[in-house]
Amino acid sequence: MKEIVVISGKGGTGKTSVAASFALLAGKSAIVADCDVDAADMHLLLSPDRAERHKFLSGTVAVVDNGSCTGCMECQAICRFDAVTEKGGFAIIDPVKCEGCGYCSRVCPENAISNIPDLAGKWYISSIRTGSTMVHAKLGIGADNSGKLVARVKNEARKIAEEQGKELIIVDGSPGIGCPVISSLSGASYVVLVTEPSLSALHDLIRVVELTRNFSIPMGAVINKYDINREITAQIEVFLREANIPLLSRMEWNEEFVHSIVAGRTIAESENTTLSGVIRECWENVLQQNDITVKV
Amino acid sequence: MNILFTAKGKEWDSPMDPRFGRAMYLLVYNTVSDKMDVIDNSAVDEEAHGAGTKTSSVVAGIAPDIIITGNGPGGNAASVLAATGVKLYTGAGEMKVEEAYNAWKNNLLEEFKF
Amino acid sequence: MKIAIASGKGGTGKTTISTNLALSMASDHRVLLADMDVEEPDSALFIKGNHLEERIVTRDIPVWDSDRCTLCGECQEICNFNAVVRIASQIMIFPNLCHSCYACSELCRDEALPMKPSRIGVITRSEQGNLTFVEGRIDIGQEQAVPLIKSVGEYIESIADKDTVVIMDSPPGSSCPVMEVVGQSDFVILVTEPTPFGLNDLQIAVETVRKLGKPFGVIINRSTLGNSAVADYCRAERIRVIASIPNSLNIARIYSAGGLSCGMDPDMSREIGKVKAFIKLIS
Repeated sequence: MKEIVVISGKGGTGKTSVAASFALLAGKSAIVADCDVDAADMHLLLSPDRAERHKFLSGTVAVVDNGSCTGCMECQAICRFDAVTEKGGFAIIDPVKCEGCGYCSRVCPENAISNIPDLAGKWYISSIRTGSTMVHAKLGIGADNSGKLVARVKNEARKIAEEQGKELIIVDGSPGIGCPVISSLSGASYVVLVTEPSLSALHDLIRVVELTRNFSIPMGAVINKYDINREITAQIEVFLREANIPLLSRMEWNEEFVHSIVAGRTIAESENTTLSGVIRECWENVLQQNDITVKV
Repeated sequence: MNILFTAKGKEWDSPMDPRFGRAMYLLVYNTVSDKMDVIDNSAVDEEAHGAGTKTSSVVAGIAPDIIITGNGPGGNAASVLAATGVKLYTGAGEMKVEEAYNAWKNNLLEEFKF
Repeated sequence: MKIAIASGKGGTGKTTISTNLALSMASDHRVLLADMDVEEPDSALFIKGNHLEERIVTRDIPVWDSDRCTLCGECQEICNFNAVVRIASQIMIFPNLCHSCYACSELCRDEALPMKPSRIGVITRSEQGNLTFVEGRIDIGQEQAVPLIKSVGEYIESIADKDTVVIMDSPPGSSCPVMEVVGQSDFVILVTEPTPFGLNDLQIAVETVRKLGKPFGVIINRSTLGNSAVADYCRAERIRVIASIPNSLNIARIYSAGGLSCGMDPDMSREIGKVKAFIKLIS
């Protein structure tokens, strides 16, 4: 089974648009996973039906039983996260500030504090308009476990691919270079880097390449909006060459890019044949790099 | 000798679980008594962080001589296991438990360098 | 007055707006710009000031005292983060998993886990005229941004007087680090784009800011691209649109090379002027 993960380091480079186009072009041959759980957008282009919904529980959060609380505030004294306040003679715990360390429940002389599983988000299994299946998620506000939710989404996608006998998984990876992107990369067979010619994007690209290299995963790169700054595009190309990363595609700045997103279509479906042509060619290159023949 | 496998099921013909920290079952095979003990590790999935250190502390308690797994442990788990002195073999993630055992006996698995 | 510049997704122009706004306000005001996107701080690419200070940030982590320890193993049982592991003859501590809750340390009956400071990142300060620039940068390999963001907040408190306008460049998204930055602010400016992605991510950001009960407004970046859905949403939700920066290749080119477009691009200058006027109004 091949797992192709699209990442970018910096946000806003066109990562999701590229990944959604790959999903469309692969059609029924690929299972799709949206691992950008913090700002999931792929669903806007692929019309998932959210047929199966699951809760994502992660870690714990402390709650006070008012019936037993005597308001001694021992819990407030030991909490390092300022999560406990007093109101009406009882301790109250702010679930946003609580990190679930459980210290308060251990020191409470009345055993009035329990630790309950924290609802950190939701994840879904959907049919999408290509006739294939997509696994996606929504992280709860202020939750800190996107890495684990990413792992859940990927595992479910793998399970479904196995059940349905699919040989390909396309993943919209997490942005940045932190824990969620590490989860996105785990088990990947190929990484597509989407970047743009700006100093900040180049800076982040260098860091994600370093990270991907640690996992020994082969990579290819797409430079989006390459004509915005040809000088930096040249710098990126030099960096890629020296890092031995093939350039899969260069895409010029094109207003049609945004128009197709606004119309809820992937850029592979754009009426602008230049744009849809470039992304199709890019996908062909990805397939070639991975020795995959896809029957659509 | 005790050999510990990370597995998705409880039997010799169950598939191996390629993950170490979040492995569903830990199967401990004693080569002398020819008995297999099953430890259900699926509760580790509830852990927000530190599945690797959690599982490795369970493994340290069992104190096997050899671990056979798929991808190999992450950094934290590796340092716990290194301190226990256990030997660990990777590359059996796509096999069944029995195949993994045979592969190890025939020197086909790679020894993990802590 | 502390203003957080935030957005639901990356790449909407948060840093462009923070840096341009800070430098433009500094023409007649004391301004402190803080880059609190500690995992990927890149405002420094745009600000060239005199380097004044570098401060190491630490947080407290338990350290095992093998002489005192009786290997009872209670610490492993106490730790909800699996950061403390007991094996046959030793206690191992994993700083990356530790949340510095002190539970293992203070509940240890042998006092064998004293808390000691451990480095997590660095705060730097530089100055350019009226503008003070503060950056928090997390060390590579550190996984928890929140303790560092808290320290940057305390550092700002210690150096900024009441009249200083503080502009905080927040990380993207809606997770813990963003909540921490927004929680420290008096007003939040959400930067978005007029596309379905921009709208979806703005709605999540609005939910976050409302949960924390902070007043906020919106800047629509690249406003001439895409559709009117974001503007319609703001109208329906009675959210103030503080400025709309038209899409411009000129602005994109200046940004890409690490330049500031305010003062060089008429559209950017005009819209940043609106944001300045708005901030003066609410200060």
